[in-house]
Amino acid sequence: MKDTPTHPMPVLHARGISKFFPGTIALDDVDLRLMPGEVHALLGENGAGKSTLIKCLTGAYRRDAGTLMLDGQDVAPGSTADSQLLGIGTVYQEVNLLPNLTVAENLYLGRQPMRRGFIARRRMNAQARDVLAGYGLDIDPAEPLTAYSVAIQQVVAIARAVEMSGKVLILDEPTASLDRDEVQLLFGVIRQVKARGLAVVFITHFLDQVFEISDRATVLRNGRVVGECLLRDVTQRDVVTMMLGRQLEAQVKTRDTGRPGKTLLDIKGLGKRGMIAPFSLTIREGEVVGLAGLLGSGRTETANLIFGAVPADHGQVLLRGREIGLRNPRDAVAHRFALCPEDRKIDGIVGDLSVRDNIILALQARQGWMRPIPRAKIEEIAQSYVRALDIRLASLDMPIRLLSGGNQQKALLARWLATNPDFLILDEPTRGIDVGAHAEIIALIEQLRADGMALLVASSELEELVAYSTRVIVLRDREQVSELTGDQITPDNIINAIATEDAA
Amino acid sequence: MIRSTHLPLLITLATFVLAYALCASAYPAMLSWRVIANLLTDNAFLGIAAVGMTFVILSGGIDLSIGSVIAFTGVFLAVILRDTSIHPLVAFALVLTLTTGFGAAMGATIHYLEMPPFIVTLAGMFLARGAAYVLSTESVPITHEFYDTLQGLYWKVDGARFRLIGGLMVLTFLVGIITAHRTRFGQNVYALGGGEQAAKLMGVPVARTTIGIYAVSGGLAGLSGIVFSLYTSAGYSLATVGVELDAIAAVVIGGTLLTGGYGFVAGTFFGILIMGLIQTYIVFDGTLSSWWTKIVIGGLLFAFILLQKGLTWAAQKRAAQARRRTATGSAALS
Ligand SMILES: Nc1ncnc2c1ncn2[C@@H]1O[C@H](COP(=O)(O)OP(=O)(O)OP(=O)(O)O)[C@@H](O)[C@H]1O
Ligand SMILES: [Mg+2]
Repeated sequence: MKDTPTHPMPVLHARGISKFFPGTIALDDVDLRLMPGEVHALLGENGAGKSTLIKCLTGAYRRDAGTLMLDGQDVAPGSTADSQLLGIGTVYQEVNLLPNLTVAENLYLGRQPMRRGFIARRRMNAQARDVLAGYGLDIDPAEPLTAYSVAIQQVVAIARAVEMSGKVLILDEPTASLDRDEVQLLFGVIRQVKARGLAVVFITHFLDQVFEISDRATVLRNGRVVGECLLRDVTQRDVVTMMLGRQLEAQVKTRDTGRPGKTLLDIKGLGKRGMIAPFSLTIREGEVVGLAGLLGSGRTETANLIFGAVPADHGQVLLRGREIGLRNPRDAVAHRFALCPEDRKIDGIVGDLSVRDNIILALQARQGWMRPIPRAKIEEIAQSYVRALDIRLASLDMPIRLLSGGNQQKALLARWLATNPDFLILDEPTRGIDVGAHAEIIALIEQLRADGMALLVASSELEELVAYSTRVIVLRDREQVSELTGDQITPDNIINAIATEDAA
Repeated sequence: MIRSTHLPLLITLATFVLAYALCASAYPAMLSWRVIANLLTDNAFLGIAAVGMTFVILSGGIDLSIGSVIAFTGVFLAVILRDTSIHPLVAFALVLTLTTGFGAAMGATIHYLEMPPFIVTLAGMFLARGAAYVLSTESVPITHEFYDTLQGLYWKVDGARFRLIGGLMVLTFLVGIITAHRTRFGQNVYALGGGEQAAKLMGVPVARTTIGIYAVSGGLAGLSGIVFSLYTSAGYSLATVGVELDAIAAVVIGGTLLTGGYGFVAGTFFGILIMGLIQTYIVFDGTLSSWWTKIVIGGLLFAFILLQKGLTWAAQKRAAQARRRTATGSAALS
């Protein structure tokens, strides 16, 4: 017997996992060992194969090679239902709850409490309420899921996975739509789960979070394992180098900001009742205005209002000194505005269309459908953005839903960059994007600004806002509470402005 | 507590009450047990088939084979009772096994070959109708004492006769309601309707559920066929053409969303009653052509589809508002 106390037996041991897709080797002979009572980070660039590995382990995909051992027993889950029965609870990267069911129904789908052969609804709702209270949520579980925010839905998904996990809990980018406080809440839960002796797999692109909560990491690159390490033995820099296969140049802070140019946009008292308090804002060419605030503070609403996605009920917008009407996004696009939205699943990608068509969509829409862009031109534009943003794909013809999460986000960014706008609004541009690409996108924003574009960027990542903003607007409860400029722009100042009442 | 998801059901209920009140004010005689008993008897076969259709539509599918399966069942029973000495109960069991298996086979085709339900059940519709023709092209009368016995069973209230088949329909609805809301199968049906991909990742046994849904629909079409043969005492391969469309209409008027995921079996019951009521009104009136039934049902359908659009739109708006509200709430809470 090999398993001495110093080398405990892995809870889950995957060996030689391979998975092929047409044109892609998504996983190539991957090993993964999960020890009891550890949080195991699974790291890698966008498209490295993290989500695919999770799907192969949990039976959502049929694996092409490899074996799986749970507690020393060979297992072969053929479906997610099987893996749940084996005690593996999973939150997949895609939103994985059902909008037409109630919170409690979602929480207990497949293992509802039964009484004499029938679902005991009252007990189910009561249990759901108790479980969710443990996550700090005081909500009515008999309400439809969609009555609650994305963050709450995410917590429900996590709660469901935790309830399912007798042995292993897998979380694929669970923190992408959570605020700091909610992340801390989640970490509290992960620590509890860990203390119960379960193995936790944690996938994220936030390295701070990785080092805060994880014990060990497996790093993937291009579908292969490049290393497994104990996180207390390595630095963030080591991990990044493993992920990228190269050193990431230290980020030079280039906020010299040049001199902003002429005023492009002058927003006066724009607002919508019940959604966002009237605000005024001027944006000049060659300027990046950052929007900071907690989830639900009105960042996305501000962006949507300026883009006309939601018509304002008062205020006016002057473009180069002339008043313009923004009743819908079509008007905005005609004025060379662009908005890259936050939630790619809802208002972003057209899943079944090819990557090429998705990239060209906004440009073609602005040109009008009667004047098709020539084939060769389309190819050229798509190719150039795939290269510039390093979008990993097998071919431009593949449906965009088959891209990895982060690569979908990049393709969406490409769509709006392709329109070469005068005014670009980015809502959470780096959500779900890996460290390498993260740095590239920040550099890209810098570049666009230097070229004279005006940008408005909403983000929950403060370091990132600090890196590229010439000004930062802080929002709280759907109201602008303060504006930071120049050297005032530091993460601490932003946090203070978000937190303090009457900071303005 | 009334929840927004119950609104379409309440509207259907209100429509029924209103329609009945209108009918009764025009023809007070319609306010009698007799009319109610006839409503149940005359619509029994359609109601039973519509229960199956509700499950299919809730799951996001469609079953076009129902009318043909009902006709096939009738012809099968008539021929088998004419040509052999098998007891009707045995014949019932036989035909129910056949139709359930037929439905299951369609479900399996839909799932494993990843074919659209529309196409598969359209093929099923031709197949079942063809099979009925092969058995007999003429109307075959059913004469059997057991049939007489069954047809003679009723429960008398104030001179009105509540017959066996009406009772069977009510029973089917009750079982349907309980199955939809209080069993795992029912929950899985809703889950499929909410999104097959998400349902699959959540561990819903998609294959088993899909096959089950179409098996239920096929089986209930078989039961509906039995009821229809009791109702008409004959089997005819040209009967019940287009009944699947009536069933779909009842389901939609009952407040179920045609795209799946939202709705109630109980709503379908009132959908059936509303459609029956229109027919009864026209019979009472005596001067209107029976085509008016179709026109009114068409109008109603249209109104309900508009209503659903409106409600979905309002719900989305409300949800977006709630999301904004709770987002700040949860941010403040921790
Ligand atoms: N169903 C599919 N068909 C074809 N290719 C696929 C499919 N699913 C994934 N891929 C490809 O496999 C590769 C790995 O994707 P995967 O989603 O596992 O990446 P990831 O590591 O999770 O990335 P991210 O951090 O962006 O989420 C990608 O190149 C992707 O395009
Ligand atoms: Mg992924």
